[in-house]
Amino acid sequence: MQIQSSTKPPEEVEKRILIEARGVTKAFNGVPALRDGRLLVRAGSVHALCGGNGAGKSTFLNIIMGVLRRDAGHVEVKGQDVDFHTPAEALEHGVVMISQELSPVPAMTVAENLYLGREPRRGGIFIDHDKMSRDAAQLLAHLEFDVPVGARMEELSLAQIQLVEIAKALSRDADIIIMDEPTTAIGEHEAHILFKAIRRLQANGSAIIYVSHKLTEIFEIADDYTIFRDGQFIESGKIADIDRRHLVTLIVGHELETQNETQREKTGRPVLQVRGLSRKGWFDDISLDVAAGEIVGIYGLLGSGRTEFLEAVFGLHKPDRGEVLLEGKKVLPGNPKASIRAGMTMVPEDRKQTGLVLNSSIAHNITLSAVSRLSFRGFIKRRAVSAVVRKMIGMQHIKCSSPDIAVESLSGGNQQKVVIARCLSTHPTLLICDEPTRGIDEGAKQEIYKFLREFVSQGNGVLLVSSEAPEVLQVSDRIAIFKAGKLHGVVGASGATQQQIMDLAA
Amino acid sequence: MTDQALPSVQAKTLKLSTSVRSAIQAFGIGFVFLAISIFFSLSSEFFLSWNNVSNVLRQSSINGILAVGVTFVILTGGIDLSVGSVMALVGVVAGSMLTLASPYPMPLGIGVGLAVGCFCGLVSGALVAYLRLPSFVATLGMLSMARGLTLIYTDGRPIPNLLPDFKWLGAGNVAGIPVPALILLAVFVIAWVTLKHTTFGRYVYAVGGNERAAKASGVSTRSVITMSYVVSGVLAGLGGLLLTARTTAALPQAGVGYELDAIAAVVIGGTSLSGGRGTLVGSLFGALIIGTLNNGMDLLGISSNYQQFLKGAIIIAAVIVDRSRK
Repeated sequence: MQIQSSTKPPEEVEKRILIEARGVTKAFNGVPALRDGRLLVRAGSVHALCGGNGAGKSTFLNIIMGVLRRDAGHVEVKGQDVDFHTPAEALEHGVVMISQELSPVPAMTVAENLYLGREPRRGGIFIDHDKMSRDAAQLLAHLEFDVPVGARMEELSLAQIQLVEIAKALSRDADIIIMDEPTTAIGEHEAHILFKAIRRLQANGSAIIYVSHKLTEIFEIADDYTIFRDGQFIESGKIADIDRRHLVTLIVGHELETQNETQREKTGRPVLQVRGLSRKGWFDDISLDVAAGEIVGIYGLLGSGRTEFLEAVFGLHKPDRGEVLLEGKKVLPGNPKASIRAGMTMVPEDRKQTGLVLNSSIAHNITLSAVSRLSFRGFIKRRAVSAVVRKMIGMQHIKCSSPDIAVESLSGGNQQKVVIARCLSTHPTLLICDEPTRGIDEGAKQEIYKFLREFVSQGNGVLLVSSEAPEVLQVSDRIAIFKAGKLHGVVGASGATQQQIMDLAA
Repeated sequence: MTDQALPSVQAKTLKLSTSVRSAIQAFGIGFVFLAISIFFSLSSEFFLSWNNVSNVLRQSSINGILAVGVTFVILTGGIDLSVGSVMALVGVVAGSMLTLASPYPMPLGIGVGLAVGCFCGLVSGALVAYLRLPSFVATLGMLSMARGLTLIYTDGRPIPNLLPDFKWLGAGNVAGIPVPALILLAVFVIAWVTLKHTTFGRYVYAVGGNERAAKASGVSTRSVITMSYVVSGVLAGLGGLLLTARTTAALPQAGVGYELDAIAAVVIGGTSLSGGRGTLVGSLFGALIIGTLNNGMDLLGISSNYQQFLKGAIIIAAVIVDRSRK
């Protein structure tokens, strides 16, 4: 599969090298995290830095940004040997990173956040609010980011907050911009706005180092790629010269079996029946069934009501009208506890916010839902609990030194497996998954797909939301298209194409 | 093969070092307590006399019981400012039923007192859990309301002539050990088992750690939050009973500022004010440290004006030392 970008000019003279790193190493407590980090990025190019979790990408980027100090190696920025001690020093040389963790001041306006710490002043004392608003509006208009400058950050969507953070970095005259998973929190529409902005920066001669687990994006936006694996530089080259399969193989380190959907035997017994579910302002009159042995994928743009629908089915929000039946029985609305008891569990969209108690142990997280069943008159049966924990850690292949360590010390993929383990510990017949593979690497993604197929093959059902069209196509039997809060249609996944479902949703 | 052997060895050393570290963390506050005790025993020959030790225990017991209750609330990510006032309300209600003039049976007086404490906790808890008031506001309101009720009930006058049997609860000894200390021990053991070995205890930590995740996991977060304030209210009531039993009369202005000592004990004990992290053992040592400081400074003849200042400074220092060790 080769995605051609027809608009790019024919290769002229090789452009100037903006940043070059060679042989960068870093060890933590004697354990090497990075053995040989290399990168060469030219002006006016988008360079994808690829690798699974633990490949050393973050360590490498943190060294470049001056957050961490390297043990050995060279980093040159615009031909000058550098060794940054702080991100502020990196910024002076035009290097800036937009990280996964956003840090806006929620109660301040967009303009105030954009110019935080460098507000335009009148007479050196008073903040020039007019100029600040004007500058901010101009900046955002120039980038074509649709964000109101007077709005407080807390009123914005996650996508808009992200756009503000990006605008802030760009406004600091950075010409080497590192974007670490910039689209994890935003939908496809916003992603395209972001890509447009990236192309404009590119045309202006900036270099963008782009980190993403979403391969589709990499093929869409990047010119060059560099792959790390196990802290080691593996390969680098032009995106136009390779295909998706090649990239995945190098990231994972071995060939992945192609998971072409084999048609499964359907029993036809409906596990989940949703009847006319509505919640004002979010979604309207939605009826949808999930049969035993079936994975139903929901595809829709951000704001299409897909997440809100899932949350209402599970009971995190109370619907205004309609009902949810599980195995033919009505489920008490707006009550997750009742839903879990009836036999459905939910893997939420945001595992840090809604999925996990981060400072609690792996064992406590896994058994949080099941502990009431594993107790007698409120007293926890310790043996039963530890048996479940052992079983789940084995079943989900959670890599940890002990079940008693805090779940926050695990990688994203392993954290997601803990969430899934918690959901399975109550033996559900329906699993609701909202973006189950967000922010986790290719290998862990494939494991989760495999698990979902196994789960439904035992006569269970899965209802899944994903903003990635290829994922919905790969994993679902049927796809429900959501558009502006309405169910726009249901298509069989076997014949559908990416273009088709994206057209239906747009 | 060597590839596979390596991680397991690493895992073992990791496990060992984390367990050693957690042991130091758990006992770290114990060392602070030990250091303070050694200092006072070197400065005053009376400090380690049984008479004085039992005095310290008696004084620390009430704060310890309050701190145990407040620990539940703080673990859920809340705060309970009302305990001092609830103590006074429970004290006067129970006291009025256990005087020589109107001698109801002891269990009835105590039962009604604890029920009042329970009710106060229920109201605060429901305001926080169901009406989503900030706990600071809800319990600040309760602080004032409970004190007001106390003054209304007593018309601002103390209730004298308490039954001797009731006074025994505060001033008596069993095998030389002060009764309040034995009650604290019982409360501590029950609370410890509750937090460690019951689903409610597990949910308290989960709600404080991440309320949304707990709810999505099927925890009835609102009843867990409400119950934690009920625990705090009941234990504040118990503290109020003991305080009243120790003084000669039920005083409407009793317990002023006690909530701050209880919160200080919990914080000294290493429990995070943002919830989800902390231990009861820490709170217990926190209460002992505060009691020891009060007593030791009395022994050294430090004037109460200086005591107030020094206590604050020592609390801050203890927490800084405790945190830097982590």
